[in-house]
Amino acid sequence: MERYYQPEIECASREQILAWQNERLVKQVQHVWDNVPYYRKKMEEKGLTPADIKGVEDLHKLPFLSKDDLREAYPYGLLGMPLKDCVRIQSTSGTTGRRVVAFYTQHDIDLWEDCCARAIVAAGGTNEDVCHVSYGYGLFTGGPGLNGGSHKVGCLTLPMSSGNTDRQLQFMVDLGSTILCCTPSYAAYLAESIHERGLRDQIKLKAGIFGAEAWSEEMRRDIEAKLGIKAYDIYGLTETSGPGVSFECSEQTGMHINEDHFIAEIIDPDTGEVLPEGSKGELVFTSITKEAFPLLRYRTRDICILTREKCSCGRTFVKMSKPMGRSDDMLIVKGVNVFPSQIETVLLEQGYPANYQIIVDRVNNSDTLEVMVEMTPENFSDSLAKITNMEKSLVAALKAMLGIYAKVRLVAPKTITRSEGKAVRVIDKRKI
Amino acid sequence: MTIHQISVFLENRAGQLAEITGVLAKKGIDLRAINIAETSDYGVLRLIADKPQEAAATLLEQGFILSMTPVVAVSVPDEPGGLARVLDVLAKENIDVEYMYSVFGQVDGLAHMVFRVADTEKLIAVLKANGVEPISGENLGIR
Ligand SMILES: [Zn+2]
Repeated sequence: MERYYQPEIECASREQILAWQNERLVKQVQHVWDNVPYYRKKMEEKGLTPADIKGVEDLHKLPFLSKDDLREAYPYGLLGMPLKDCVRIQSTSGTTGRRVVAFYTQHDIDLWEDCCARAIVAAGGTNEDVCHVSYGYGLFTGGPGLNGGSHKVGCLTLPMSSGNTDRQLQFMVDLGSTILCCTPSYAAYLAESIHERGLRDQIKLKAGIFGAEAWSEEMRRDIEAKLGIKAYDIYGLTETSGPGVSFECSEQTGMHINEDHFIAEIIDPDTGEVLPEGSKGELVFTSITKEAFPLLRYRTRDICILTREKCSCGRTFVKMSKPMGRSDDMLIVKGVNVFPSQIETVLLEQGYPANYQIIVDRVNNSDTLEVMVEMTPENFSDSLAKITNMEKSLVAALKAMLGIYAKVRLVAPKTITRSEGKAVRVIDKRKI
Repeated sequence: MTIHQISVFLENRAGQLAEITGVLAKKGIDLRAINIAETSDYGVLRLIADKPQEAAATLLEQGFILSMTPVVAVSVPDEPGGLARVLDVLAKENIDVEYMYSVFGQVDGLAHMVFRVADTEKLIAVLKANGVEPISGENLGIR
């Protein structure tokens, strides 16, 4: 039976949800107008005052915020509360340019942890569970978010953080972890280590909550089979609090957005125009309950689809598809759009591990695409011809998927750096 | 009469072969034969060690990908036409040799060749029927 952390909210009628959104949006716009001069100026430039926003139907009038705005306003430009009322910052793992720093009041942390608690309960979590949190702790939102959610549910919380595989597995076995929270690439790595060490019979995992990076359905099935669990997706960004903006239910057909805290829109990334339900486009979030970092119409760069079709789990929140790519993740190689997730799909179909690296370069003014793939004991043979044939069929499958030639480089296992936070899947050497 | 060959995946990386022979030497493992098949990007190292189980365990521990392959060793007179006579026999019996290579050194004027075929039992039977005796692991110093 489906369980909920806050059933009266998660299963509220659409009218009720809209009423909450109308009321909270109006209040939030006033809060931002009064306290965030950076955004007030943007509104003034469009000739808007808070009186112009009477409800969700007026949301489209408001100006967007982008990552560039966050960088420009760094560190305090988008702060909505006096620092004395803030109790925490979290930050993105951005490697280029200035970091994004998000602020939280205690109220903000509370609501964020509620959102994570909803995800844990949706994955079957109760106060009898042992929740093993292997997301990074620290500035990264993954660890603190799920940790807080796990406390709220009443699980025994193991604040493992990432890294130190021996210790991870030892605690998993000795303390009987039942729910694993980490990035999907780290889950795949742990699953492989468990498999290698023959520990499958000694672990008690029943569910996993995996997010913070892109992963495919094939990867989900692979992790589920190796660990004997049900794997749930969770979504979020530091800018909007962290993980828990949306989460998967037992149906596993999309993530319910916590609409009592966020209003989601899908826009055309080129024109900024709001698209009708069911359209594929860029996801935009408006935080309607956050005090310290109240972002209005924040462009996520994630491409996905929203659906309000009735869900069998009983939740009434809108569902977003797994992001189909990020406008900034997409590679253009020889004029063709290539998403790393496509390559991952082919690798798993052909029996290779999902640990890969894509190297794009330019040689003699022509783009080259190389995929580093790990050899496995199952694929290895003493016959060079057999290996060469396998490599050829992988090249053919990649060509069929991508439409362009990709060179395959077979490497020994563990050659590709295993990330214990976010995976480095793409190295683009063309940027000069 | 079969001998355990260890087949190891090699990636195209300088020093990998030295790494393999190094860790084996450290364990006091002696190599009786070595053969490499490669493309420009990767290869397969085939080796016969005096202590096959220990050698395999050592390499696995170091994270190498490997498999154990049954092969057959044959003594061949170290003189012109010695090998040709053995190959003639195999050709007549339709035994396809996937690959072969020689063992280090020779004993009593005989060179030793290692053969990899699909059906080792058939190969052994055919050799015996033609008066060529496969040699055992002990004779090659394999424990
Ligand atoms: Zn649902």
